[in-house]
Amino acid sequence: MSVVPDSTTEPAAAGPEVRPSPTRGRGLALRAAPLLVLFLLLAAVPLFVAPFTANTLSRILIFALFAVSLDLLVGITGLPSLGHAAYFGIGAYTAGLVSIHWTSEAPVPVLLAAAAGAVAAAATGWLAVRSGGVYFLMLTLAMGELVHQLAQRLTGVTGGSNGLFGIPSVRVGGEPLTLAGLLYWYVLAIALLGFVGLWLVAHSPFGSTLKGIRDNEPRMRSLGYSPFRYKFVAFAIAGGFAGLAGGLFAGLVRIVNPTDTGFTTSALILLAVVLGGAGTLWGPVLGAAVVVLVRDTFGPQLDGHGPLLLGVVFVVAVYVLPRGFAGLAGLATRRRRAPGGAA
Amino acid sequence: MAGWFDANLVSILNGFAIGSLLFILAVGLSIVFGMMDVLNLAHGAFFLVGSYLAVTFVAGESWAGFFTALGVAALVGLLAGGALAGLTEPLARRPILDQALLTLGISLIVAEVLSIIYGNDVFSVPEPPALAGSVSVAGSAYPTYRLMLIAVGLVLALVVWLVVEKTSIGALVRASVADREMVSAMGIDNRKVKFAVLGVGSLLATVAGVLAAPVYGARPGLDKTILLLALVVIVIGGLGSIRGALVGALVIGQVESLGRALVPDYASFILFGTLALVLIVRPRGLFAGKVAH
Repeated sequence: MSVVPDSTTEPAAAGPEVRPSPTRGRGLALRAAPLLVLFLLLAAVPLFVAPFTANTLSRILIFALFAVSLDLLVGITGLPSLGHAAYFGIGAYTAGLVSIHWTSEAPVPVLLAAAAGAVAAAATGWLAVRSGGVYFLMLTLAMGELVHQLAQRLTGVTGGSNGLFGIPSVRVGGEPLTLAGLLYWYVLAIALLGFVGLWLVAHSPFGSTLKGIRDNEPRMRSLGYSPFRYKFVAFAIAGGFAGLAGGLFAGLVRIVNPTDTGFTTSALILLAVVLGGAGTLWGPVLGAAVVVLVRDTFGPQLDGHGPLLLGVVFVVAVYVLPRGFAGLAGLATRRRRAPGGAA
Repeated sequence: MAGWFDANLVSILNGFAIGSLLFILAVGLSIVFGMMDVLNLAHGAFFLVGSYLAVTFVAGESWAGFFTALGVAALVGLLAGGALAGLTEPLARRPILDQALLTLGISLIVAEVLSIIYGNDVFSVPEPPALAGSVSVAGSAYPTYRLMLIAVGLVLALVVWLVVEKTSIGALVRASVADREMVSAMGIDNRKVKFAVLGVGSLLATVAGVLAAPVYGARPGLDKTILLLALVVIVIGGLGSIRGALVGALVIGQVESLGRALVPDYASFILFGTLALVLIVRPRGLFAGKVAH
């Protein structure tokens, strides 16, 4: 709730905002304390819960990272993508293949997964970011489906519709991480690095430019920025972090299916972003948690018809939560601010 | 050249048959977006409803079954489109993305309900009895049913063209694509138009589903494959343009058919390559209808 107060509203703001640095320093210290507590809580979790719960939490963290990477596109840059799972899946397959054929030593598979995600996003993104709005939605959907079809067709490499299985467990210093708790710490560490990376991107001058493009592209262009170049880089970065999440996913579940690259996964993660509140970075984390819990808790009871429930949540969310959970928090903040006049 | 043409005649004809189907599908999607700014991501799911209706009424056994399936599919399509129009009405003032998300949710629900009813098996539907055989086209045997599909596509294209260019309803359609606010300022109830447009658009999707059943069968996941092809068609042709839908459908039909026949491993790349090529030359599609998107 306290991570990104400046991006909940302000539709007209263009260009980087200037804030006096002492306020910023104090604000940062104030914000850091709850974050530190949260981190300690997250780190202590495996000491108290069953392995299954630790596993579920690991999955939530991975999907949260995936969702935040999509939020960089949807919320910060204003590019709603329906094919983001393509880069997640490419990362997952890369990490799986690297682990099988070369090494599963800790940072190598996920780093290569992130690189593969970024390269794939760059290879397809130059086309996608030429367009905006609904065209972008359709193009990314088409690209995602193509990657999905490739994953299914290239049976020699990906294992086809059987999936890529037999991925060895992640190793740290030669020791395989087989305990759910240890694996959770590994996921937590990498995912936190990912969150910090995405937060830094969103709060850098580069991120401010992206928000400017989202809010008023013609104005940014007339100020001398090249929206195409910024959107393209944002797309590649988002793809890279999605690939990182995919790499973690392959290490955690140790099997990669073509569905992980497909439309349903893309829709799922877009739902997480919209449900949480696009543009806030923390909202999609909550959204991902809800989506994973709903799918994994109720999905098995519905005989694998989890997407049915997902569709219902989607429809309800569009009507009831136009700005996601973040919108609810934003309402509270605005009400509190209202008596004091314009903030 | 002549030899190559003869050798690939069947693939080329197949391309026209797929193109016909894609046109029927894409023209609905394109008009709905062009006129009403609703990107209907449930279009593929509606198509699949039609295919499963063909399975239910055993459309291949007799003409009665085939026409029952077509009639029921048309009715279901109209109702579904009307319902969708009602559902999107509260979102009319919200960004286009919200409506797209709503239809995305609906497409997930419809696809899952279908898989609950029909299971995950792959159904095949035979052609109606009189069209089950094949005829000789320039020396190669070709299924009669697919020739009929090509004819239906051509007739439909002609009908749509006549309606849009020569009737007062067509004038309304063109005016709505160009400037919806002005049309409603002239005293035409926007909501009624929306019901009609979404109804007809969805009807085209379910009918295309029945017509396609003897070619594609019915299986889970078909909705996404079809939606993808239809989206590629209207992106290539230009949103809201009927001529674009026709040209895009014919191009993608050939890419799908000839591509799969000549270089089966790279068919997906060729599809993507065509899309990329068109968008590099014409970022808004070949026959861009609207400027503002």
